[in-house]
Amino acid sequence: MMDSVSAGQGARFSVGIDLGTTHCVLSYLDLDKAAENPTTEPELTIMSIPQLSQPGLIEEQKQLPSFIYRPHESELNESDIALPWNARPDEIVGSIARSLGSKTPIRLVASAKSWLCHSGVDRHADFLPAGSSDEVSKISPLTATFEYLDHLRAAWEYQFPESPLDQQEVTITIPASFDPAARELTAEAASALGLDHLTLLEEPQAAVYNWIHACGDAWREQVNVGDIILVVDVGGGTTDLSLVAVTEEEGNLTLNRVAVGDHILLGGDNMDLALAYRVKAKLAEQGKELQPWQIQAITHACRDAKEQLLLDNDTESMPITVPSRGSKLLGNTLRTELTRAEVHETLVEGFFPQVGVSDHPRAARRSALTQKGLPYAQDPAVSRHLAAFLSRQVDAANDVLGAAPVDDMPFDPLAGAFGAPQTPDFIKPTAILFNGGVLKAPTLANRTLSIINQWLTDAGSEPARLLADTDLDLAVASGASYYGYVRQGQGVRIRGGLASTYYVGIESSMPAIPGMEPPLEALCIAPFGMEEGTETAASRAEFGLVVGEPVRFRFFGSNTRRHDEAGVQLDHWQEGELEELPELQATLSIDASGSANGRRKGEVVPVRLMSKVTEVGTLKLEAIAVTNADSHDEAERWQIELDVRD
Amino acid sequence: MNVNLAAAPTTFDMLHLGLAILAALFFVLFLVKQRSSGNVVVKENIAAAPDAVKPIVEPPKPIQLKEATPDAALQLLTLLQQEARFIDFTQEDLAGYSDADIGAAARVVHEGSKKALETYFTLAAVREEDEESRITLPIGFNASEVRLTGNVVGEAPFTGSLIHKGWKVTDIRLPKLADGHDTSIVAPAEVEL
Repeated sequence: MMDSVSAGQGARFSVGIDLGTTHCVLSYLDLDKAAENPTTEPELTIMSIPQLSQPGLIEEQKQLPSFIYRPHESELNESDIALPWNARPDEIVGSIARSLGSKTPIRLVASAKSWLCHSGVDRHADFLPAGSSDEVSKISPLTATFEYLDHLRAAWEYQFPESPLDQQEVTITIPASFDPAARELTAEAASALGLDHLTLLEEPQAAVYNWIHACGDAWREQVNVGDIILVVDVGGGTTDLSLVAVTEEEGNLTLNRVAVGDHILLGGDNMDLALAYRVKAKLAEQGKELQPWQIQAITHACRDAKEQLLLDNDTESMPITVPSRGSKLLGNTLRTELTRAEVHETLVEGFFPQVGVSDHPRAARRSALTQKGLPYAQDPAVSRHLAAFLSRQVDAANDVLGAAPVDDMPFDPLAGAFGAPQTPDFIKPTAILFNGGVLKAPTLANRTLSIINQWLTDAGSEPARLLADTDLDLAVASGASYYGYVRQGQGVRIRGGLASTYYVGIESSMPAIPGMEPPLEALCIAPFGMEEGTETAASRAEFGLVVGEPVRFRFFGSNTRRHDEAGVQLDHWQEGELEELPELQATLSIDASGSANGRRKGEVVPVRLMSKVTEVGTLKLEAIAVTNADSHDEAERWQIELDVRD
Repeated sequence: MNVNLAAAPTTFDMLHLGLAILAALFFVLFLVKQRSSGNVVVKENIAAAPDAVKPIVEPPKPIQLKEATPDAALQLLTLLQQEARFIDFTQEDLAGYSDADIGAAARVVHEGSKKALETYFTLAAVREEDEESRITLPIGFNASEVRLTGNVVGEAPFTGSLIHKGWKVTDIRLPKLADGHDTSIVAPAEVEL
């Protein structure tokens, strides 16, 4: 463990990788140069990533679209897919994949990141492109993630042949809402590349780091002790929410990430599609039926038109033209327009409706265990998801800031349990930081701010102020490379640790009653806020593992119960407090590593469970054999798998 | 030839839009070529001019003309076809189409060409002054940047009115070509299965 900390020394660059649902971005910081001028803020650079834009053409772009195209063997000439560093790449990644895939979607791998955190599927299994015929060869979400990273690595080493990526300080960002298995899988993809000096960083935290870097020392003047910063990150595919509290320690301002939201599959792509369907409906009224390829073209056109119409200008409408696919352009070009009113109604009212803070998403939260498709958010209203998050996290900052000023009723942790009608209470952010491409649109950013401020004013609080940041679609990568620099001891570091408390389910032993599930108890194995590089003591509760056979555990997480210590056993909890995650599996191989005593297949070994958070930022669970008091042997340990393969 | 400017309808604009784009393209091609071979030619000419005045008659020095590589030109055509349907548009016969149809197609060409130019070139005006304003050119001005027309007599500094502010390409970011890529296919045929 200590090795991985010190191994980063000697790295010349800190490299930040934003592994996004729709785009990847790589940013770097020259650590050697930064060490020479410790007084000035180090410079962050976004790397231009060479990639094929169409067959035979290689372009440098700041973003690498997160798409893979799996061509038919006779589809492309070998010479047309060559990259500067590889004449015969195994996979077609980036712009070209997206553009080829727009015409042949059955061969396009997209949203691999959303699949990576989809617990209902085996993420090691080759099933992408999802739903295509068997003739199209498939890859797993894990392999797709590996391929994006591999393209970035190759591009990096093409530009810096003297500094291989695996010798740099690499930070990869992940959504704050990623569950332990998805974090582990991301780390697995990176370690397949040999990136061992790796750290995982939550995207909203990366946005905060970018803001700190952009402000320089002035950030201390922009926030005060007691501030609660709400980070709203609406990207291409996902919406991610976090709360960061500002505290003081030995006279210095300290940042604490105190809460993260659920994984919400809702983003800019949904908005473009909503506009396209609106235009389609308008054309249908005029008696024009659209082909699927035309809808795709309209989606593209709407994306560009939307950007203009969401600016603070007086453009009232933008033309939407869809040329014919054939070479005859005249007479076959479909023309319509998108008006400011339509964009406002569809996006502002549809995705950011002015709702009350007690108005939460309509459909149930994701219960991902049975769905085969991606669990897209049922309710498109970002503002309702925001309201739900702030309400759920009402107590999030109490531990670091002290309890909130007492309102009309004294703080009573049991109040909710008895169903007493409560006035809607929520955590009151004092500052807001926006991130993600969607919130680049001033209209949407202003709307979000005004909704939150309306809630705050109604509750008698001061309105929150906006922390200004720039380049919202590149901020996460920049923040990540700055974090690599901060990790070396310079600058302020955000305290985070585990964003959830984790439990394993224990079925109580009682006589079976038909039609009734045996009551379930939850044993806390990893507490909230557990920091990187620490581990818990083994639980007191013992489990029997059968040697040579996999044993499964039910696994739960909670991002609201933040006081349960490891080893605490719950026999009841409130509705919605614990969320079931994919189950865990432990297999005691017959010759476990370091085992001195040979075990027979079928033998039952009593074990205790313990957890640790690695320096990388992933959660590891282990089963430890219960040893006799007089035994001097090192206790046997077995890894518990977070991602169970069926 | 009678040109009734008063009768020029709005629809004329659409046609002009297309023509302007065409002009812009040739201008860009011209600039690209100029960068590769043009400069050499101009310099040689300037150097040769004073020689001609001298009484000693030297035989004119031939210069080696560079063959412009067609790849860059073909690549630009590919990009303009891809983004703006440029070849499709210029290959159409406009007769018989309503101005509304032409206008709809011209939008495709205009938006696409603009996007392509912005993506692959950085354009700047040669002269920052307003057009139609009076400007003075100092001694030793760059003759390839500024072209004198009309009553061209006397010595620099010259004063005249700026008719066109000029364009120059300050940066080119054309995609690189894979070795063995056939640039003559500016738009592949498309077959849907």
